[in-house]
Amino acid sequence: MNIPSALNLGLRRGVLEIRQFARQRESVVFTMAFPIILLAIFGSVFKTTLAPGVTFSQYFVSGMIASGLVNTGFQQLAIIIPMEREFGTLKRLRGTPMPVTSYFIGKAILVVSSMLVQVALLLACGVLFFGVHLPTSSFKWLTFLWLIIIGSAASTALGIAFAAVPKSGRGASAVVSPVVIVLQFFSGVFFVFTDLPAWMQQVAAIFPLKWLTQGMRSVFLPDTFAAREVAGSWELSRIAIILLVWLGVGLFFSARTFKWSRE
Amino acid sequence: MSVIEVSGLRKSYGSLSAVDGVDLTINQGEIFALLGPNGAGKTTTVEILEGFRKRDAGAVSVLGVDPSTTGARSRQFRDRIGIVLQSTSDAGDLSVLETISHFSGYYSRPRNVHEVMEAVGLTSKSKALVRTLSGGQRRRLDVALGIIGSPELLFLDEPTTGFDPEARRSFWALIEGLRISGTTILLTTHYLDEAEALADRVAVINKGQIIEVSTPKELGGRATAMARVQWKINDERKEELTTNPTETVSRLASQFDGDIPELQITRPSLEDIYLSMIGGAE
Repeated sequence: MNIPSALNLGLRRGVLEIRQFARQRESVVFTMAFPIILLAIFGSVFKTTLAPGVTFSQYFVSGMIASGLVNTGFQQLAIIIPMEREFGTLKRLRGTPMPVTSYFIGKAILVVSSMLVQVALLLACGVLFFGVHLPTSSFKWLTFLWLIIIGSAASTALGIAFAAVPKSGRGASAVVSPVVIVLQFFSGVFFVFTDLPAWMQQVAAIFPLKWLTQGMRSVFLPDTFAAREVAGSWELSRIAIILLVWLGVGLFFSARTFKWSRE
Repeated sequence: MSVIEVSGLRKSYGSLSAVDGVDLTINQGEIFALLGPNGAGKTTTVEILEGFRKRDAGAVSVLGVDPSTTGARSRQFRDRIGIVLQSTSDAGDLSVLETISHFSGYYSRPRNVHEVMEAVGLTSKSKALVRTLSGGQRRRLDVALGIIGSPELLFLDEPTTGFDPEARRSFWALIEGLRISGTTILLTTHYLDEAEALADRVAVINKGQIIEVSTPKELGGRATAMARVQWKINDERKEELTTNPTETVSRLASQFDGDIPELQITRPSLEDIYLSMIGGAE
């Protein structure tokens, strides 16, 4: 009999990752509820309408979905992987015939599935309690789909790559969380992007979250709102290119810098 | 037939030479113990054999493969070995059964999951989450994960550190069971009695070099070392060093006409021999 293929083992790892994640109840509840709590807070504080038919909640939902991609992928992995390294979990895996590709596939499956649950819950609560409207055209749903696919792939790859940065498992959260929060403020998740200072907009434009957020706005806001974007349009093809470049950067560095143990 | 073949192995970290010309041959089916103080080069040597570390110089063949190989050949190599590292300290949110079943999927010819649970004595704990296990039970799980792929060669790294004496005895019985199945085992340990109980041969390593390779009974000339015969006469302790304690005892027996008061015959323990070897090397 042959050794199982990397893809086969990757799927098995994915199932295992989800099972392990689902058993950490506090963490599941927190991950899933946090965006909803934020939506409730911001939706209640900012009662303003940004444009005809665009409530702040509507604007905020696009930002929260984009952030969700960053949280479940980049943030979660850049914290969990250094911990798995410190606990010896990775070294144990390294001693088995399971290839590193399977480990990455398993993580990607975890990210995508927790992402999908989070988005579904956020949208359901948004529609039920905060007057959020879902997109009506199939073009917008299609845009939504590819944004989630490329976005979570890039987020996963960058999370694995960034996991090489924290020196210890315990310190990982302290290194990673501020990066994500600052990025969220800069990228127009909490505020209307074009209201931010120009330098902040320029810094944000280097990173993928700004583009993901803009893409999500194109899905959830009416096309008339595109006029208020920096370029005066949604720039969908530019968004796709920039996200793909970041995906490439993430894959390159995760393959190069991934470490099984601390030495 | 040899399973591990090492010659002239060297590895340095900066200016520190961790392994300094090690030669080693380990035969199929034997339990081989590598003894040495912390920093002697034990872990570095074993991790090179496991494929975790790269060597600077020397020839290494493990199951006929160079362990530093990469890619598909490295997967094939790891399909044939089992590694029991120090316990992991992860959250342990999976059950014993789930963990062992999952790992069994990594290998081309895994052993039966229930049979392995039985062998390590965890059948009654199969549904228990790993985080609820005691230290000894976790170690048994580590061994289960090491043997689930039916390895031809098993690496055991300080398997009983932190065990109480009873747990160690029953762990040794588990390892004895593997010997019967023909698995070659490379054991590193701090405990001399463990090496004596389990190993067919031991190697003492210090400062990156192998000082001696021998059976536990013969290490450091132990088998031919002088025996110390002690007894008591009129509240006074007497002792005699001799190469033939039987002769001394029968002489004493006739002298006392029966029972010799507080008779003791001791030979140097493996620990005495080991400490003198390590001390002599300093």
